[in-house]
Amino acid sequence: MAEKKKKIVKTIKVDADKCNGCRACEVICSAFHAAPKYSSNNPARSRIKVNRHPLKDIYVPVFAGEYTSSECAGRDKYVIDGKEYDECAFCRASCPSRDDFKEPDSGLPLKCDVCEGEDEPMCVKWCLVDALTYEEREEEVEEEESPEEMEIGLEALANEYGLDKIMETVARMSMAKKGEAA
Amino acid sequence: MRYAETGFNLEIDLSRGNIERVETDPRDTELYLGGLGTNTKILWDRVPPEVDAFSPDNLLIFAAGLLCGTPATGCNRTIITTISPQTKLMAFSMMGGFWAPELKYAGYDKVILRGKSPDLVYIWIKDDKVEIRDAAHLQGKGAIETAELIQRELKEPKAQVAAIGLAGENRVYFASIEQGRSSASRGGIGAVMGDKGVKAIVVRGTKDVSVARPAEFLELCNEVLEYIKFRNENPVEGVMAILTGLGSPQEMKVHDEKWHTENFMWGNSRLRRKDFWNEEIAKEWMETMETMRTRLISCYNCPMTCGATITPPGKPTYMMKCFTKLTYTMAAMSDLEFGLGIAQSATEYGVDGFSAPQVMAFALELLEEGILTDKDFPGMPEDNEGRFYYLLEKIVKREGIGDVLANGTYWAAKEIGKGAEKFAHNTIKKHEQLPLKLSMLNPIYFLMYATGEKINITQIEGQFPQAPFPTREKREAFVKDWFQVPDEKFKQYFLDWELRGDNSIPFYPTSQMCCDIVDWQERMHYIDDALGMCAGLSSFPLKPPYHIHNYPKFISAGAGIDMDEEKLTQAAKRYRTLVRAINIRRGMRRKDDAPPANHWKKRFPELEKELLDTYYRYKGWNDQGIPTPASLKELGLDYVAEDFEKRGIYNDNGDTPPEETAAEKEV
Repeated sequence: MAEKKKKIVKTIKVDADKCNGCRACEVICSAFHAAPKYSSNNPARSRIKVNRHPLKDIYVPVFAGEYTSSECAGRDKYVIDGKEYDECAFCRASCPSRDDFKEPDSGLPLKCDVCEGEDEPMCVKWCLVDALTYEEREEEVEEEESPEEMEIGLEALANEYGLDKIMETVARMSMAKKGEAA
Repeated sequence: MRYAETGFNLEIDLSRGNIERVETDPRDTELYLGGLGTNTKILWDRVPPEVDAFSPDNLLIFAAGLLCGTPATGCNRTIITTISPQTKLMAFSMMGGFWAPELKYAGYDKVILRGKSPDLVYIWIKDDKVEIRDAAHLQGKGAIETAELIQRELKEPKAQVAAIGLAGENRVYFASIEQGRSSASRGGIGAVMGDKGVKAIVVRGTKDVSVARPAEFLELCNEVLEYIKFRNENPVEGVMAILTGLGSPQEMKVHDEKWHTENFMWGNSRLRRKDFWNEEIAKEWMETMETMRTRLISCYNCPMTCGATITPPGKPTYMMKCFTKLTYTMAAMSDLEFGLGIAQSATEYGVDGFSAPQVMAFALELLEEGILTDKDFPGMPEDNEGRFYYLLEKIVKREGIGDVLANGTYWAAKEIGKGAEKFAHNTIKKHEQLPLKLSMLNPIYFLMYATGEKINITQIEGQFPQAPFPTREKREAFVKDWFQVPDEKFKQYFLDWELRGDNSIPFYPTSQMCCDIVDWQERMHYIDDALGMCAGLSSFPLKPPYHIHNYPKFISAGAGIDMDEEKLTQAAKRYRTLVRAINIRRGMRRKDDAPPANHWKKRFPELEKELLDTYYRYKGWNDQGIPTPASLKELGLDYVAEDFEKRGIYNDNGDTPPEETAAEKEV
């Protein structure tokens, strides 16, 4: 049983009503994460994006969450205040169904890191209309054992090849190693 | 490695269907910066004066400013350059929005169109892939509607679309190019796009835009953002509400329209209604705005929210900003509900919000005067508002009298004759102006109206207060944190400027001071137009975040071009002079440098002559307004002087007017 722990949750609060659709968040996010820092910008690489449809008055800033290997089946529509939103409009995943939150050239997934090391995320700093605000809240969470790096890697391999195949490979590799030693 | 700019233009020959990606010369960037500057160089080099607006040899250049696509706040303007069918001079209308940065991310600084497509097409640019696509199914569609249809058919909701409506297709001389929340509408550039058979240019880019010195550049951007916050919290005191803050005049936010409705003219720029505004109208108009306006919105990478989405009852949503809010209302002597409603149709048709209402009011005035008759308006409704909708449709379809009116008041009056000319009274260089008629000549504004080659007062004014402040204390308070001035002398000019007495208009500021003031104001607009910066954060408002002192740093750190104030001033002067050279080569002379004859009631011919003489000398132009060989040489524009010599332009005393025919007739 996991034990309860106090933890600081860092997050960006999005007030979509205040969004002016300018995409400054995309500009500065992609500039911050460029290497070297700020040497270039490219909204297609941004870890935040504004889902905007001005004529329908749809403005939803979304920042990138987890990578997902497969898309949802049967996507829904939401109607809020008479405006129809695609379910994906609110989704933070880097997902095969769309180009968002992926490096445009390699397709590798992107995830928001709340600009680790800065006082506040750059998108928040550059959002002068206050659609984005930074929040640190203390939460009581059930701390799960966080999986180790190797476990994450193995799980990805298992998803792709199946656990049996991995075990077979490991067995073969260890046989080979023994052979070398001998 | 090129910084800020991509170093590539797209050259599209519409006649042959040929597309080329052409590398540009970095030396041109140093000399002419980008945007308007390099557009002007291309137009000089490739479009000789014999080429008419509707000739296949005319170019239509869409440029992203030099710093568009960098993180510089508010730098998002597309500068569109061509020869205007209406003025027959160089037109360089601009639009904000999202198009220019997207072009940079696709890997291009400019799209240069030449030739004519035999069929209606649109151009689809996605990074390295560029296609000319059939647009037969989009013929007659509204500009905004077109953008939606194209995004859907390409399955590219993030593509940015610059499109024309019916007015552009039918080569209306005041047709605009629309792009969602922005439009490039002055000078009839939409007509040139229609003439070339291009319904839209669609762009989507996913590449990087780099800057030369990242940390320094970002520091400059952060300073600008901090100053914007400061200015938002500290409006300028002592000026009217719409001039206190930054951005485009905040017409979508401001409800109090006493100043516009009582100081600007109604109808065909005729009637001043000094007691128009009252509580009842204020309440009614506020309700109209509050119910139709869904949201205040911005252009790319800008916090200023100058625009709004507007949904008139029973009509689709559209976006607008600034003074188009009132131009239709006032031309039709109607109310805000009508104005915001017809502006929706006008945006879809794609017409200029300054010219179109004036042309319609002009037509109705001619009807009232008996110069046009009921027979010219078959089936026209009785009520004024119905008549405006009727006329708008006739014009954009070029049907009946609409075909004549579609050329603007100047050319329409010429064609109609019977004394119609004196009703086309509010043009400069054949181009309709804001409806303003004032009393006492203002020497600064005289020079700006007369010589501004953007032919639009809002595109040259700014920086220096429009009027003196009543007390010395207030003036002193104003100049205290006025660090944007290029030189301390401007503070003194302002401190000594009085409402009455020796130091008041029209004789103060003196001619020499007026030259300094006008030149500074114009310079800032020209720099903005090369960099792609919105005038709303720079040349237009008082005390803006971008100015002559930080611009060189932005260019140095952004584009990696070694720049200082002097070099930047010289570059701006270079392409500003080149704009004049293009127009001089097209026959523009001193006689054309004049405000509308009735703009001021009290005129001072001798003073006006002195002002113009002094200003011409100041600019390095001769008494015909032609840049002198010496001044051209100093700017490295020897090639212009040579061309002028060859064409015998210096022998022209301005007495022989160039032959005047509407471009439409010459094709």
